Amino acid sequence: MELIFELSKSGRRGFIPPRADVKNYELDLKYVRKTPLNLPEVTEGDVVRHYTNLSRLNYAVDIGFYPLGSCTMKYNPKLNERVASLPGFTDIHPYQDLSTIQGALELMFNLGESLKKISGMDAITLQPAAGAHGEYTGIAIIRQYHRDRKDFERDEIIIPDSAHGTNPASSAMNGFKVVEIKSDDRGMVNVDELKKAVSSHTAGMMLTNPNTLGIFEENVLEISKIVHDAGGLMYYDGANLNAIMGQIRPGDLGFDIVHFNLHKTFSTPHGMGGPGSGPIAVKDYLADFLPIPTISKKGEEYTFDFSHKKSIGRVRSFYGNFSVVVKAYAYILIMGEEGIKKASEMAVLNANYLRAKISKILKVPYNNTCMHEFVATTLPLEEKGIKALDFVKRMLDYGIHPPTVYFPMIVHEDIMVEPTETESKDTLDHFVDIVEKIVKEAEENPEILKDAPHKTPIRRLDDTRAARNPVLRWKGN
Amino acid sequence: MDPYIPNTELEVKEMLKTVGVESTSALFSSLPQEKRVKSLGLPKGLDEFNVFLKLKKMAKKNVDAQNFAYFLGAGIYNHIIPSAVYQIVSRGDFYTAYTPYQAEVSQGSLQTMFEFQTMICELTGMGISNASMYDGASATAEAMLMAARFKKKYKILVADSVHPEYLETVKTYASGPGVKVETFGHDENGMVSIEELKSKIDEKTAGVIVQYPNFFGVIEDLKAIRESSKDVLLIVVTNPISLGFLESPGSFGADIVVGDGQPLGIPMNFGGPSFGFFAIRDDMKLVRTMPGRIIGETVDVDGKRGFVMTLQAREQHIRREKATSNICSNHALGTLYASVYLSLLGPHGLKEIGELNVSKSHYLLEKLEKTGHFKRKFSGEFFNEFVVETDINIPKFKENLLKANIIGPLEMGKLNKISIGTPNNKFSDGDLMFCVTEANSAEEIERLVSVAEVM
Repeated sequence: MELIFELSKSGRRGFIPPRADVKNYELDLKYVRKTPLNLPEVTEGDVVRHYTNLSRLNYAVDIGFYPLGSCTMKYNPKLNERVASLPGFTDIHPYQDLSTIQGALELMFNLGESLKKISGMDAITLQPAAGAHGEYTGIAIIRQYHRDRKDFERDEIIIPDSAHGTNPASSAMNGFKVVEIKSDDRGMVNVDELKKAVSSHTAGMMLTNPNTLGIFEENVLEISKIVHDAGGLMYYDGANLNAIMGQIRPGDLGFDIVHFNLHKTFSTPHGMGGPGSGPIAVKDYLADFLPIPTISKKGEEYTFDFSHKKSIGRVRSFYGNFSVVVKAYAYILIMGEEGIKKASEMAVLNANYLRAKISKILKVPYNNTCMHEFVATTLPLEEKGIKALDFVKRMLDYGIHPPTVYFPMIVHEDIMVEPTETESKDTLDHFVDIVEKIVKEAEENPEILKDAPHKTPIRRLDDTRAARNPVLRWKGN
Repeated sequence: MDPYIPNTELEVKEMLKTVGVESTSALFSSLPQEKRVKSLGLPKGLDEFNVFLKLKKMAKKNVDAQNFAYFLGAGIYNHIIPSAVYQIVSRGDFYTAYTPYQAEVSQGSLQTMFEFQTMICELTGMGISNASMYDGASATAEAMLMAARFKKKYKILVADSVHPEYLETVKTYASGPGVKVETFGHDENGMVSIEELKSKIDEKTAGVIVQYPNFFGVIEDLKAIRESSKDVLLIVVTNPISLGFLESPGSFGADIVVGDGQPLGIPMNFGGPSFGFFAIRDDMKLVRTMPGRIIGETVDVDGKRGFVMTLQAREQHIRREKATSNICSNHALGTLYASVYLSLLGPHGLKEIGELNVSKSHYLLEKLEKTGHFKRKFSGEFFNEFVVETDINIPKFKENLLKANIIGPLEMGKLNKISIGTPNNKFSDGDLMFCVTEANSAEEIERLVSVAEVM
């Protein structure tokens, strides 16, 4: 498709600002722009058609099944969008006086209380803007906790090799060294390795549970004890909270800090890669380290609390991604206690149903009862020259979004499937049919996979060329 | 039945049979059973309409810009948003899509991001833009980390005329890797003190951070700042909506330009979400140390133009602890707001918006000064906000404004509490900052002044 810049015709306008109703002020010319500004000159109609046509090149949850592992691409309820666009939520300023924003504070307070209940924690901040931002905040709290105890030796964070890349990156940004723990032959943290890894340098451990293989870390209580006994804190990466919410609480498993991905577990949309929201909840002994301000309730009044003496500071401007918070709150209200519990049950049932079916077609290396997701591998097709990438690219031709590929890095040629609870058995059966068809194709006509996709708006793109000769902006005709 | 969970009781039975377990609770047998939760203590679920009513009632407790005139800025601004913006960003094929990892079915996202990068380069006068950060404050903090990484030096100078919440964020991010953050002051014009800046730059300094227009609304002399800060990276925090009318930071030699995209078509949203933008000069060595996703142009196997995420060897999903940042989700949907906004406005519309902001804010200042109660604090040229000293009873003034359906100015003194420890910039309780945009009519300005006149 043409770029919006290529549609530009000098003299066209898309929006006319109001006419000046005050006298003109002549700003000192040395500040006024002299460099030409090459923005498109197009009409409103041009803009609407351009972006509408672009949108039709996308796959999305509103279009179909999106089984990306560890991304929890559940359905995004439309009520969420409706309430988040109420003027009383969208058109309010963060520096308004407290008496004029009581509804907003009440909502943030209530969501915080709900998340505390779901996680079994004592205090919360809604400030972080995404999951990784929450991780950054949580690890900063670990750092400040040890510094506050005058324990300056603790410079290591322990992370399993199955973790998301954000875990080590968030630790490194906080100045920590990363100690990687290998998984055992069942895909779980190797407890003996962990025992060897902890020391007086251990600041804490980050654990995703269930892990990225979709396996619940059975030894979680022992793991927490080992880390706590060594003087470290336990961090719960909430990427996979959807599997266990309402079943068990991280706060009861020895975790000191928890992050939530409101854009995964609590149904807010992913927006092509954000905005998300990554609240952090902690046990009471860490409450004073939270970013400021938090929200508190005094009688019937809601207020900002800036009193945290040991706060890590702030991790962004203002109070977090408020409209994402509104959507998550609407979701919790409509689901309620029973719905939250049912969501995790159905997410886990859907994943196990798919695992049972797929394991008969592809190889599932850890083929026991899984939680909300599982990892399969296309290794059996290797002799035909088929890689996991070829396999999933062919799925695009059948109109579904592929699962995550090549992650976690500890399984070769893997695809990681997370169906979520919002998909029906019919959809799952359809997915299985497609996988079956592609496996058959791989045996009969492997070339069709290697060249896939064939029916998408564009075919396989040259990543190497993009990286070797970077063209990162439009530079004119 | 639940509206978002489709499996029927019968289907659940069939599925359990396929899996080979008796009940759904058997699927959770690997959990430590003694820790299983009996009740979370959440209320029962409500129907959709009652959730809507409940939230509508909460929203009504807030005072909003649909019903009140706003003169409050300081990082979040009440601007006009063209109707087409909301219509486009509300398309499900945009907002319910994931990060464009599968490029063949994500060209809509990828092309809009590529167009966005181009628009940001045009506005800021820079060569390379990423596909967004969380917000202006975290983008500024990431720029600070990038400067330290690139220069391998660990001291950063920040003007005290930078937004105090941005400064606080920079300080938080600096504390992990041990970057030393020092501030430098401003003069009576409200512009950075060039003398103090010069005196604080030394061989350990990696970068200097200034804001343009700065937190007080004053337009900094970037030419003078650049000349006084050689051999360090110059990081400029900017308000993008001002750059249709003001000269770009890039044309004065900035190395990194960051800021918050909220003014470009995004509602105030109580401060978020918006997006952060992050642009650098055209330097392939510098780009290797840049955080965040970058979209690049390429071709497919048929030679057709297409777009992909590129230069990913910087990012956490590839490099883990050696990545340039931990950022994964950015604020892509926010960049779509901005792309649509900037396409609709075009170069002429954006210039007119800038002129309106300048003229209207100066009109209010002139009228306020005439009341005899307000004195301009800084003499530097400003864009759409300005600080005044006043002798009036501020709580009473704001109360009267509210009665006249006006959300009044920012009380500068209230910002002192946002700092951890001693604030770097002690704001006076008697200082007010007014913001006026193209969304404020002359009638609203006069209404505000008439309240001030009788104080």
